[in-house]
Amino acid sequence: MGMKPTDTSDPEYFHKVVDCQHACPAHTPVPDYIRLIAQGRYTDAYMMNRRSNVFPGILGRVCDRPCEPACRRTRVEDEPVAICRLKRVAADHRDEVKHLMPEVMPPNGKKIALIGAGPASLTVANDLAPLGYDCTIFEALEKPGGLMISNIPSFRLPEKVLDDEIGYILDMGVKLKTGHRIDSMKAMLEEGYDAVFVGSGAPKGKDLDLPGREDAADNIHIGIEWLESVAFDHIEEIGKKVLIIGVGNTAMDCCRTSLRLGADSVKVMARKPRQFFKASPWELKDAEHENIEIIVNHSPKAFVTENGKLTGMTFEVMEYDVDERGKITGTRKTGEVTLPCDDVILAIGQDNAFPWIERDIGMEFDKWETPVVDKTTFESTRKGVFFGGDAAFGPLNIIWAVEHGHQAAISIHKHCMGEDVNDRLPRGVNLETAKMGPNEWSYSNDYDPDARSDMPEVDLAERFKELDIEVELGFTPEQIKTEVERCLNCDLQTVFSAPACTECDACIDICPVNCLTITANGDEADLRTRLSAPANNTDQALYVSEGLPNTARVMVKDEDLCLHCGLCAERCPTAAWDMQKSTIFLPHADDELAASVSRRAAE
Amino acid sequence: MTSIKKPLVDKHLRKNRHGLTQRDYEGVASTLCAGCGHDSITAAFVRAFHELDLEPHRAAKVSGIGCSSKTTAYFLGQSSGINTVHGRMPSVATGAAAVNPDLHYIGVSGDGDSLSIGLGQFAHAIRRNLNMLYVIENNGVYGLTKGQFSASADIGTRAKYGEVNEQTPIDPVRLALTLGATFVARSFSGDKEQLVPLIKAGLMHRGFAVIDVVSPCVTFNDHAGSTKSYAHTYKYYHPVIHADFVPEEKEITADYADGEAITIPMHNGGDVILRKTDTSHDPRDRDAAFDLLKNLEGSEIPTGLIYIDESRPEMGEMNHLPDTPLNAINHSKLCPGSATLKQLMDGYA
Repeated sequence: MGMKPTDTSDPEYFHKVVDCQHACPAHTPVPDYIRLIAQGRYTDAYMMNRRSNVFPGILGRVCDRPCEPACRRTRVEDEPVAICRLKRVAADHRDEVKHLMPEVMPPNGKKIALIGAGPASLTVANDLAPLGYDCTIFEALEKPGGLMISNIPSFRLPEKVLDDEIGYILDMGVKLKTGHRIDSMKAMLEEGYDAVFVGSGAPKGKDLDLPGREDAADNIHIGIEWLESVAFDHIEEIGKKVLIIGVGNTAMDCCRTSLRLGADSVKVMARKPRQFFKASPWELKDAEHENIEIIVNHSPKAFVTENGKLTGMTFEVMEYDVDERGKITGTRKTGEVTLPCDDVILAIGQDNAFPWIERDIGMEFDKWETPVVDKTTFESTRKGVFFGGDAAFGPLNIIWAVEHGHQAAISIHKHCMGEDVNDRLPRGVNLETAKMGPNEWSYSNDYDPDARSDMPEVDLAERFKELDIEVELGFTPEQIKTEVERCLNCDLQTVFSAPACTECDACIDICPVNCLTITANGDEADLRTRLSAPANNTDQALYVSEGLPNTARVMVKDEDLCLHCGLCAERCPTAAWDMQKSTIFLPHADDELAASVSRRAAE
Repeated sequence: MTSIKKPLVDKHLRKNRHGLTQRDYEGVASTLCAGCGHDSITAAFVRAFHELDLEPHRAAKVSGIGCSSKTTAYFLGQSSGINTVHGRMPSVATGAAAVNPDLHYIGVSGDGDSLSIGLGQFAHAIRRNLNMLYVIENNGVYGLTKGQFSASADIGTRAKYGEVNEQTPIDPVRLALTLGATFVARSFSGDKEQLVPLIKAGLMHRGFAVIDVVSPCVTFNDHAGSTKSYAHTYKYYHPVIHADFVPEEKEITADYADGEAITIPMHNGGDVILRKTDTSHDPRDRDAAFDLLKNLEGSEIPTGLIYIDESRPEMGEMNHLPDTPLNAINHSKLCPGSATLKQLMDGYA
């Protein structure tokens, strides 16, 4: 017995090899667009991005980048490819793209209501409007964008970028009603829409009920509300000394915004040690670069007031025991300190809140008072009502909201067409050889040892002069050139044909990372110990061939460290190894429409 | 040739006692045909040297002319080496070993280089028991000149374009045994589990260690009808004696304690542990080695350590050569001056 031969026709197999694309909730084909950037085809790279993530310019600046920690480069060396900032390169250097937007089909008579003009609703509209759906977005604020406009400061995400990318969607005939808060789902449902999508976010910032909270109310702010007020010019200044409570990404935006509103001493107060911080490492770095002090192991105890005005905050100083797996096993208080401050901003998380959805309309709620939503279809227990973004499963991030939007759009389309929302198109994979000639490939296969490029930024002295000076300048042409070559082209797959193999060992000898072995088959745990290099990373698959012609042994490839350099294929005398471009087919609403049209034609 | 150099990515590779990874034992990129057996032997040298914890500069590579002889450039890039005249590598190796016995001499040759033009040199290096590892990368053809039969081609084997060989082959293993070689092995480029320990043992052997490695020529001799193709070799491949090399400081584990294994301490350090596979052959018995080869003739390709004798003196000892390399002996001792010469000459008067 032993492992079964790898089924390379299973779309999931090679999808997983492209770590970045697999980790991206919207599965943006990263290596594909990086190659387009390498060729200077910025517009094409932009449109390819847009197909999956809808907001390349926005996400190229503020995405949570799940792709980067997944990047193969982090295993081969240390730093991932600057995937996110290359996305921005495509957006920054694109030509006019308006004429490349999908053509809008004639109206199909179906009306969709979308609640909240954040990334989830905008994605649903983006996918459905071109198919002839009449989409109306209702937004409580004065401008569309959801948290992208209200919570992300303009020094990270300029308003122009937002306006452009939201504009592409609205220009497809999507109606937008701003300043229009929906306060009754029941009333909404009576308006005759064929489907309702809720993309209203997780709008309730958590409060901190400690002694002194009420007395000091004027100078204690809820992070997301405060950022929104800043974004809409309702708040234009803050005290000199500011304490931020919490150490997530919202806290990072709050502390950096405070600096721009006149604060000169901003401290971010964390209850736990650094390894427990919720903020992304790069956001922490950006804040610290602006001389923000992050203080660990301080647990808030009380607000201190004098004559009804906030003067400081008291913290318990904590000590933690952490075991080798990184879990806290013991907690101790070692003292107490009071730090003076003029303002406190609370950035300790946010919750969903649906006071506007009546509980007697056939929609099930769970014990946390959030609606029960299907993880695949995004449909609530009331047919025709769908959820996405933070409104669906609590706070995530923009790129998740986009993917929710794509999936909800498929469901809404199927719902409106009278099809089963669960009967969705499967994923697919297409493999196409990259061979252009003897030892010549359709991609740049050499390994480039360059280090990751640092993002050029506006000088510290300059950037605080206005609130909306974008800090990051974007990569220089030289940086673009180096950074694109750092991509390992993980979608150029090593594909093996056992019958052609003569077992000459050439591929094994040339492989720079010892990821190939010919050996007797065995079960996976056993095989992993018998390879040229032990395959210790069990997150990465073993590619196992059928029995080889001469000895019935198997070719085993550990996908973990493969550089996709193609040397195995170049060294193979019989072309048993080939480099093949894998393209993963990830259906959207328009694919579902095309499939149902061809189904009907076939009937 | 590959289109790119093998990328250097080594942070995950094991470092040996000298802090070196396998990559530090490589040489320049091979220019041989893709799939050439010689490249696998090159990789085996890299592995053996890394695993033996030998520093690259402690080796000297010598070779003649031919595809095989080119390969000394592809491993141990940091060691000295010389491509000599066709078939004359043993003379150069003899000279080098005489003046500097401190290095590990690796001779790489082919069936053409050793069995035709260099046959005499090969034979006399064996007679002298020159302290070196001599690897014959044996593919049965002259690959560099478009695939003519070499002296190791079997009777009845077909050339790429149909010609059949009628001349009797020279078998380097039997020839070496006849001439009194003290370490005789055969292996296959496709079996590094066998080849790497043999290379290690050969390097640690006192005297002349010859390994005849079947190494298919992928361009001119890897077709149906060839007796030196990958398919033919895999089909008739017959490991007789497996030799494991255990370095000095490592304890011999219980796996070998079943009476079936023979332990031979090597003169230059470490032990060779021999495991018989399916015959009763004892590689310390020279007559038995001849019988083994005769019995399997024409049907199977017997591989492994066929014969070993650690007791015979090597060339330096036989000729009372100094242990110290000439380059480490000071000038006054090397060249004692005219007074000493006169004294010596006067002795003959």
